[in-house]
Amino acid sequence: MSGGIDNMLASRNLAVMGKHEVINASGSLCPGSYFGYDDAWTLEKFKQQTRIKIVRLEGNEMEFDLIGVEPSLANAFRRILLAEVPSMAFEKVFLQNNTSIIPDEVLAHRLGLIPLKADPRLFEYRSKDEANPSEQDTLKFELKVKCSWNPNRPADSSEPDEMYLNHKVYSGNLRWIPIGSQSRMYTSKDVGPVESDILIAKLRPGHEIDLTMDAVKGIGSDHAKFSPVATAFYRLLPQITLHKEIEGEAAERLQKCFSPGVIKLVEKKGRKVATVHDARYDSCSRNVLRYDDLADSVSLGRVKDHFIFSIESVGAVSPPALFIESVRALKAKCRKFLHEIEKDTN
Amino acid sequence: MGGIKKGKEVVVDFKNVKVKKEKLDPPEVEIVNELKKEKKFDPKLALPVKRIEDKWKLVPAFLETKGLVKQHIDSFNYFINVDIKKIVMANSKVACDVDPTFYLKYLNVYVGSPDIEESFNVSKSTTPHECRLRDITYSAPITVDIEYVRGTQRVIRNGLPIGRMPIMLRSSNCALNGKTSAEMARLNECPHDPGGYFIVKGTEKVILIQEQLSKNRMIVEQDRKGEVTCQVTSSTHEKKSRTNITVKHGKYFLKHNALQDEVLVTVVFRAMGIESDQEMTQLIGTEDSIIMALVPSMEECHRLDIFTQQQAIKYLGSKLRQKRFGPIGAQSKKTAEDEVRELLATTILAHVPVDNFNFKMKAMYTAMMVRRVIMAQNDPSMLDDRDYYGNKRLELAGSLMSLLFEDLFKKFNFELRLIADKNIPKVKAAVFDVVTHMRQDQMSNGLESAISSGNWVIKRFKMERFGVTQVLSRLSYISCLGMMTRINSQFEKTRKVSGPRSLQASQWGMLCPADTPEGEACGLVKNLALMTHITTEVEEQPILRLLFNLGVEDAMLLSGEELHEADVYTVYLNGGLVGIIRNFAKLIYLFRKLRRLGYVSGYVSIYPDLKQRTINISSDMGRLCRPYVIVDNKKPKLTQRHVDELKGGLRSFDDCLSEGLIEFLDVNEENDSYIALYEHLIQTDTTHLEIEPFTLLGACAGLVPYPHHNQSPRNTYQCAMGKQAMGTIGYNQKNRIDTLLYNLVYPHKPMVKTRTIELIHFEELPAGQNAIICVMSYSGYDIEDALVLNKASLDRGYGRCLVYRNAKTNLRRYANQTFDRVMGPLLEPESKKPIWRHTWLDSDGIAVPGACVENKQILVNKSMPTVTQTPVATNDNTRKQPDYRDVPITYKGTVPSYVEKVLISSNNEEAYIFKLLLRQTRRPELGDKFSSRHGQKGVTGLIVNQEDMPFNDYGICPDVIMNPHGYPSRMTVGKLIELLAGKAGLLDGCHHYGTAFGGSKVKDVCEDLIRHGYNYEGKDFFYSGITGEPLVGYIYSGPIYYQKLKHMVMDKMHARARGPRAVLTRQPTEGRSREGGLRLGEMERDCLIGYGASNLLVERLMLSSDVFEVDVCNACGIMGYSGWCHGCKSSLNVYTIKIPYACKLLFQELQSMNIIPRLKLKKMGH
Repeated sequence: MSGGIDNMLASRNLAVMGKHEVINASGSLCPGSYFGYDDAWTLEKFKQQTRIKIVRLEGNEMEFDLIGVEPSLANAFRRILLAEVPSMAFEKVFLQNNTSIIPDEVLAHRLGLIPLKADPRLFEYRSKDEANPSEQDTLKFELKVKCSWNPNRPADSSEPDEMYLNHKVYSGNLRWIPIGSQSRMYTSKDVGPVESDILIAKLRPGHEIDLTMDAVKGIGSDHAKFSPVATAFYRLLPQITLHKEIEGEAAERLQKCFSPGVIKLVEKKGRKVATVHDARYDSCSRNVLRYDDLADSVSLGRVKDHFIFSIESVGAVSPPALFIESVRALKAKCRKFLHEIEKDTN
Repeated sequence: MGGIKKGKEVVVDFKNVKVKKEKLDPPEVEIVNELKKEKKFDPKLALPVKRIEDKWKLVPAFLETKGLVKQHIDSFNYFINVDIKKIVMANSKVACDVDPTFYLKYLNVYVGSPDIEESFNVSKSTTPHECRLRDITYSAPITVDIEYVRGTQRVIRNGLPIGRMPIMLRSSNCALNGKTSAEMARLNECPHDPGGYFIVKGTEKVILIQEQLSKNRMIVEQDRKGEVTCQVTSSTHEKKSRTNITVKHGKYFLKHNALQDEVLVTVVFRAMGIESDQEMTQLIGTEDSIIMALVPSMEECHRLDIFTQQQAIKYLGSKLRQKRFGPIGAQSKKTAEDEVRELLATTILAHVPVDNFNFKMKAMYTAMMVRRVIMAQNDPSMLDDRDYYGNKRLELAGSLMSLLFEDLFKKFNFELRLIADKNIPKVKAAVFDVVTHMRQDQMSNGLESAISSGNWVIKRFKMERFGVTQVLSRLSYISCLGMMTRINSQFEKTRKVSGPRSLQASQWGMLCPADTPEGEACGLVKNLALMTHITTEVEEQPILRLLFNLGVEDAMLLSGEELHEADVYTVYLNGGLVGIIRNFAKLIYLFRKLRRLGYVSGYVSIYPDLKQRTINISSDMGRLCRPYVIVDNKKPKLTQRHVDELKGGLRSFDDCLSEGLIEFLDVNEENDSYIALYEHLIQTDTTHLEIEPFTLLGACAGLVPYPHHNQSPRNTYQCAMGKQAMGTIGYNQKNRIDTLLYNLVYPHKPMVKTRTIELIHFEELPAGQNAIICVMSYSGYDIEDALVLNKASLDRGYGRCLVYRNAKTNLRRYANQTFDRVMGPLLEPESKKPIWRHTWLDSDGIAVPGACVENKQILVNKSMPTVTQTPVATNDNTRKQPDYRDVPITYKGTVPSYVEKVLISSNNEEAYIFKLLLRQTRRPELGDKFSSRHGQKGVTGLIVNQEDMPFNDYGICPDVIMNPHGYPSRMTVGKLIELLAGKAGLLDGCHHYGTAFGGSKVKDVCEDLIRHGYNYEGKDFFYSGITGEPLVGYIYSGPIYYQKLKHMVMDKMHARARGPRAVLTRQPTEGRSREGGLRLGEMERDCLIGYGASNLLVERLMLSSDVFEVDVCNACGIMGYSGWCHGCKSSLNVYTIKIPYACKLLFQELQSMNIIPRLKLKKMGH
């Protein structure tokens, strides 16, 4: 490796992507881990350093930059989003009749995984011993579908869509049954499955599904169906440094080694010279290291305190709200922790 | 089915050939012209041959016409359509000793289509699935047309049933024959089910393919003493016998079971009418070495004073083995001489026909045997190899069934004859009508019980084989397929010889090199490769005639000397000597030409043995063969045009066969061919071209992607494990009520597939899921191949499976007109609710579908009468209600099950049968077994929450984490490539192929990865889910097809504190099913003894087991009770001690044998 890496090592908030390993992957900003740096945590410094920049917010997806924090903090938000921010999902299925070919348990499992449109913040957790659902903790739905022959089917048809009625059960077939004053609090627009075209089962004439179910509030660590996000994750900002001027064929080759738009070829005195245009959306494939001639002139790194955070909500709560929820959850944890410490010291 | 296609027309053709021998028929002219042409060498042909694109399309075309289990079905079809008629015709007459005018003659026999006899004379056609559900045999009536004498009249009766034949599924008489997928669905049958098995009393039974040494062929070997022997196992419809030619002290002997000890061959020759030594030598060979070898035997014969046939026969008469129990009457009339003549004619070398006691052919055959022994003595390379696959024959369902049928049919006729003998002399009002005595059940029961028990006992041939049939394993679709292609060897499993177990080069392409079990049956149980076909019998007569027409000189017309002339080749047909030919190459060339033109059945093989100077033609059944593309003058006959037509559906595999583009080669002929693996390897003398190399693997090994990159035993392990993988077993799986059935809830088709996977429809009936795996170390719970699973994946349905079991009972009617009954639930008196055990019972006494039954709850509340044999006592006129005893069917199992469905039906005995299908849904838990397709199995070591799992730049976290230590020692490079190819497939939205000896190239796959911005090595940048920091190493990650195996912790987990004990010994019961104790075994005991932990031993072996307090009298040493010794009549010396109950039992048993063990007691420490 070239001397460039030494330079990069000096910049301690950079993880260097070598050919076979990540150099300087861990090593945090813990006070005392670097000689000559004052890493002591102060609120002032934290406030000053930490920045959040929302890059993209479309529908259920959000991308924002979380800059200047430790990985433990960013990871805490990620973990809380996955496992501890509550959401509503079907927990209990009461089967009156199921003559489809899907076994009861499998049907219940499928129903459980349907994302529900319901703001979990408005509900309470249902206590285990309490048998009766109340309007504060439960949303009730029913599903009644019966498949039959289509009386108007063409005689020679072999298309299921033409031959049968109701032969596909979709999440749209779920019907909300308000409990108590729920009908006043919510409209049927507010509650129900996020998507109405999730296939639950396929039926044939004579098959029937008749069931009611309870959606309750829960958290992802209990079951993945309660996780409010499809996924939440972050990645570190890529950084690409070119040590040499790369031109001609090599430059084109270099360009191909990165994601489109990362490397730009600039006209410079009649030569095409490669420059780094925007490393942010590089896929970090490290394929450039395959070429011995290019490997030495490029160093790849990740900025260790620049987290590109992605949240993809399942649809019940908007991603920004989810992030705020996660912050709130972390806060609650901290408060609890402080409380425990205080209790011990007293 | 005969030797010649198109039947009569062509036979006439050959007659013409024979008549006008000089003027050749057009086809022959053509052949001779071609022969001439071949001599010329065309320089244009030196160019390399172009590749035929998509040649592999022949494989699906082959499987379309032949199917995966065509061997079984063909064999059974041959039996019920051809062989059964031959058998009946061979035994067509039943005469009677008492009345010479009486006779019964079978005119024809038919096997009908399967039906059920619902009641007397009422039957309805049935489907296989109905039989499976109702526990009935899927069988069809065998009917005969007969002509017989009733009184003085001659009567012809047609369509009389004589028994029922179990019908093989998908055979010509099966209800599924020729049905389309939609029609199959209507019959509740899976279109991908291979068929080829029987349904006997509701269970599916396969007759395994049996491997044997070929019959009627000479095998020259060295025996244990190092002497050369020649052995022939003769087998005809009437007789089976074994004849040996052995060497002892330089003399040649013939050994046979019917003879007391071995007899000089020279004597046997004399007995066969070869009286002069010269004639004998001429037959055996006039080379110096042979004459020298024969001298001692001839001298010995002279010493015995045997010079004439008469003397020889007399001598042999003295050597006859005494028959211990033969038929008394007829046999004793014969003289020993007649018996010897009979023996020579029919028993020794039974397959060589002897007409009118003309032993010439038999003598020639014996001479050839002697000759081969002598030649092998001088040249060890002339010895045969018993393990060579050309010397093996496979016995299939059809031939086994025909053996059984013939035996039963003979017995049937014998009994008819006995009845006729008995009844004809009696004067009765009605004339004796033999039809009324034809009983069906003997034949039906014989066939049925043989298939259901697997015991093939045929006294006539002294055949006693056990375990011929097995229950078709329905664990997975693959296990079912694997069973249908399995070959069982007759070889003993216990013998420790490597020869029969090792992979023989001649098995190439015929048997799967990977698919064999580990352990004792290793190498003895084999599996057929994908394109293997097993021949059925082809008639000999037309071939014989053809041979004579092609210039073979009939051996009958030869003196003997000619057999061994320098330029002469002897010709054998199915092991029997036919004659000689001088230009053997021409004979072979012409024969093959005619076969390719379709004048001879494609399954007849011909090959020269240059060492023995023989030409062997085989048309017998059970030979393995395999299709090849014919290459002529460096040009494959199959061209691109043909393949294109095949792809367009304008051509079938059979068309290619009949046009002579492709032919079947059996093992022997394959060894006489020069086969090119690929087009570019074709050389001037290449005769054939391989269709597709991946077909050398079987169906099970075909699942492995990139098997050619794996260490060979890994593929073998996968073959065993693929059969345990859960998945879909058939489209009709929801309609089946099996004893045990495993299903995966969300099976996937593999990302990386193979051609074989497509061909065997594994994609439609998959068994596994594509898991995203990370090859990395995580926690310490992944040692020893353990896997780490993602909890969120399990929540979302990964590895989730359904386990179905059944509960079965039937209501029987007893001899005293009582019958079982089913009662509704018992109600608790106060609440009027059913008692707990009856919670789920319906009013009909059977559990309701949908019920969740727990341990010990009742599924069917059956009760049976206490008295079933004697009539129920009737008081006065009122018929007393019989007493009933509860015999409920209870649910056993620690985990509750759901009742999926209930079947109420009746079986053949008109009894009601109830079947309940019970279901459990299981998600993977710690200890459940998973395996990839590369023989890499592992159990779940840890289930980790999603947030703790590592994730990459795309937010993907793995389903499974696998430890990298699994790779170096296993060397399963195929798995690494599967991951790469799978990952590239995901990105491109396509499936990649990992077909053996082909498939997507790593280089191309890596290019795909690069194109999508992924690392070309498949290694990605991951972050730790726990710390949130990047991981130092790049992680090899991507999809790999994982199978969930049937071994689950839930079925195995077991512990016990207190529990049931065995009645006799009072020791804890054994085994999980009986809630047994955990055994402290002998070796564990040894450890404790060695350690000196005596009190621990006492506790484990006695106190925790069968401790018993016994009163012992120290005066007499005998056990008493209640503090009293009955021997001494005192309580003075009686002490109470603790001994194991088993020990007390032993003492008592000894006492009962008049052995008194006396106990002597001492104070502790004295």
